[in-house]
Amino acid sequence: MGQSFHQKINPIENGVKGMSRDYILEMLNITKEFPGVKALDNVQLKVKKGTVHALMGENGAGKSTLMKILIGIYTPDSGIIKFDGEELKFSSIKTALDKGISMIHQELSPIPNMTVAENIFLGREPSYGFTGWVKAKELEEKTRQLFEKLEIDIDPNAKMADLSIANTQMVEIAKAISYNSKLIIMDEPTSAITEKEVNHLFKIIRSLKKDGVSIIYITHKMDELSQITDEVTVLRDGKYVGTKPSTQITKDELIEMMVGRELNQIFNKKQVEIVEIKEVALSVKNLSKKSKFENVSFEVRKGEILGFAGLMGSGRTEVLESVFGITPPDSGEIYINGKKVNIRSTRDAIKYGMGLLTEDRKLTGLFLPLSVQDNMITVNINEYTKGGFLKQKKIHADCKTLSEQLAIKTPSLNQIIKYLSGGNQQKALIARWLLRDPDILFLDEPTRGIDVGAKSEIYNLIFDLAEKGKAIVVISSEMPEILGLSDRILVMHEGRKMGELSREEATQEKIMKLATGELSKV
Amino acid sequence: MSSQVSVVDKREKSKVSSSSKEKVSRILNRYGMLFILIALIILMSILSPTFFTTGNLLNIVRQMSVVGIVAIGVTIVIITTGIDLSSGSVIALVSVAAASFAHPDTYPLIVPIAIGLGLGLLTGVINGTIISKAKIAPFIVTLGMMTAARGAALLITDGRPVGNLSDSFKFIGQGSVLGIPVPIIIFGVVGLISYILLNKTKFGKYVYAIGGNEQAAMIAGVNVDRYKIFVYGYAGLLSGVAGIILTSRISSGQPTAGVMYELDAIAAAVIGGTSLAGGIGAIGGTIIGALIIGVMNNGLDLLNVSPYWQQILKGVIITVAVFIDSRKNRKS
Ligand SMILES: Nc1ncnc2c1ncn2[C@@H]1O[C@H](COP(=O)(O)OP(=O)(O)OP(=O)(O)O)[C@@H](O)[C@H]1O
Ligand SMILES: [Mg+2]
Repeated sequence: MGQSFHQKINPIENGVKGMSRDYILEMLNITKEFPGVKALDNVQLKVKKGTVHALMGENGAGKSTLMKILIGIYTPDSGIIKFDGEELKFSSIKTALDKGISMIHQELSPIPNMTVAENIFLGREPSYGFTGWVKAKELEEKTRQLFEKLEIDIDPNAKMADLSIANTQMVEIAKAISYNSKLIIMDEPTSAITEKEVNHLFKIIRSLKKDGVSIIYITHKMDELSQITDEVTVLRDGKYVGTKPSTQITKDELIEMMVGRELNQIFNKKQVEIVEIKEVALSVKNLSKKSKFENVSFEVRKGEILGFAGLMGSGRTEVLESVFGITPPDSGEIYINGKKVNIRSTRDAIKYGMGLLTEDRKLTGLFLPLSVQDNMITVNINEYTKGGFLKQKKIHADCKTLSEQLAIKTPSLNQIIKYLSGGNQQKALIARWLLRDPDILFLDEPTRGIDVGAKSEIYNLIFDLAEKGKAIVVISSEMPEILGLSDRILVMHEGRKMGELSREEATQEKIMKLATGELSKV
Repeated sequence: MSSQVSVVDKREKSKVSSSSKEKVSRILNRYGMLFILIALIILMSILSPTFFTTGNLLNIVRQMSVVGIVAIGVTIVIITTGIDLSSGSVIALVSVAAASFAHPDTYPLIVPIAIGLGLGLLTGVINGTIISKAKIAPFIVTLGMMTAARGAALLITDGRPVGNLSDSFKFIGQGSVLGIPVPIIIFGVVGLISYILLNKTKFGKYVYAIGGNEQAAMIAGVNVDRYKIFVYGYAGLLSGVAGIILTSRISSGQPTAGVMYELDAIAAAVIGGTSLAGGIGAIGGTIIGALIIGVMNNGLDLLNVSPYWQQILKGVIITVAVFIDSRKNRKS
């Protein structure tokens, strides 16, 4: 039995096996408790050989925890794991990797000062025997071959720190594949990349499948289900709900399985009732920043939602960060309520009533070792201080109201935010800005890693805010999201504004054409 | 349409010019401290006629070799986001222990050397084991070792120095081969081996990986605990080397030797561009950092600057170096 682990998978033989009901993985009766949270309660997951198996569930349902148990980061309190016919008692990640399981982690974890090649082959550098002398040329060459096979266009010698988020994600994907595993876990691999890279990833997944590799695929994106997966297992509140073939399940059924109740239509956007033309809240003229973006102009009215579309690296984030004073522009003008302002720091921006939800919550949003509550009050701390002391009662009351409103899943507001699931961390950050109540709010990928239920709550929140007269700018790489939310859509391509589309004229095709630079509408 | 094309051109050009500018700043970043060392040497040569003589230059390097060797070990520790405060005290412990076995006509030379190196290695392994297994902050663990090792050194000799060392033992710190003092040769060999370890081997990759993102290293299946023990063990071993050289140079085992050496070593590493935040640092930089300190000490002595002023100047230089370093990191 042990012998078979080291055999290369034979695609033809496996194709036949794939037809039979042969399981590559069986996780049975898995239970895992963290202090104060029962993350998993008697959960099961069975993955057939050579299939793509979706794992779905709301934020905090326990998906990542289950996968971390499989890869050996956590030990379960109880339960059995059978992998390729053999029962597994993993003691470490290394054993899991050696047995043929690899994982793309939800939280990206590059080592910034090392090269792409060094990151990919970390822990498995080709080297001369016991000396550990690394064969640098071979390391680079192996990476190059890997990228060639996967059709990824990234320089193996580039520093990780210099890559965009999308490319960082592609490197993580390539890394997981480079182990030649029999089972690859992908924890929300598409939450940080755009359509183009998503399609690329799907192509890779299909060819992996052809080679007999099995994949566990975690996502919050419904339409990916039918596109790429064969079966889906749903978890809710740490419990197993069920497993169904992906083709036979409707979106509504799936949502019901996940949420335990029916969910009304995701986009109940304000009806045709023509929005009265209100005054301009923010107007940006000819903003430029060297080698980032050039001559970008736009305005947002009170009560309006302006969408920013574009491919990853098109300069959307940079423009907003510039307006917000993180990296002040080289030239250009910014007007707030018709008055010209000079914003040189984020403090200026906040003073002028702006707010920014950043795109990378771990890097620029969260204070990981602090409590949920402390993370929520960061921007607003002055309002909660009296004579230098914090108004604990008021803080707690306000945070409690908001966390209930946003349905943040946490054992208490004093929980260290690091231990919340990704989606719930995102909600806490949104709560931070809701407490501040800015007039102009920039939301950079506001629903990244957020489940359907919470997503529609957040959409409703955004609509509410707009109705209250806030001016809102949303960056999103998800087409349905940007189309559903925006009154107007600005499309960028390589640092330039390619055009603006009104709600009526905007379609996925038009946006893509502008975003890829095929078309210009200025 | 044509206007659009020109826009593209401009963007391309601006990218090119910015990248060549980046190159210049990268070179400045990388070799900035080397330029400062050269400038210091030129300045001192102008101010003092005796400075730029072969004898004096060799003297500087010989004097710095003890701290320099310690600094190399400390650099590797700092790259993993750790710190080692115990080096100075370990030098003292090694000093009295090795000296006790280095009297003339008693044991062969290998015995005091093995005891010194072994003791250094042992303290380092103890540091590393406690840090990685008990998950106690390196600052605390090595602070404990600093105190305990000094106490042990005083205990062994009852606070007295150990004299009467054999000529062969004294050769390590006082002799020369082909006109080059032995400590400098050892310094060079240690530097070269450490450079290779850090830049050419898996060990080096893991050191940088642990410092850059320990979680990621762990996820990639790197045995983080084991490599931390290696790193502190290596730093301890190099303290042992430094302790033997120092003992031999001053011809006696001193329980009070090496006071503040750990801070000089950290200063050399930091001046040489090692980031206390981890993940960044290089052996070459540290050697330059050590030489900058050495040139300053020596030059200021020759110029008859009072030792009090010397300390103040050293403090200023260290702070400025860290300031430059932090700006550099912010840019990238
Ligand atoms: N190390 C930990 N300590 C304490 N609680 C934890 C820890 N890791 C996870 N949890 C809790 O366990 C539950 C399940 O979290 P998990 O990350 O598995 O959710 P998820 O399904 O992956 O959600 P998401 O879609 O938001 O990523 C959550 O309530 C979370 O707060
Ligand atoms: Mg998760």
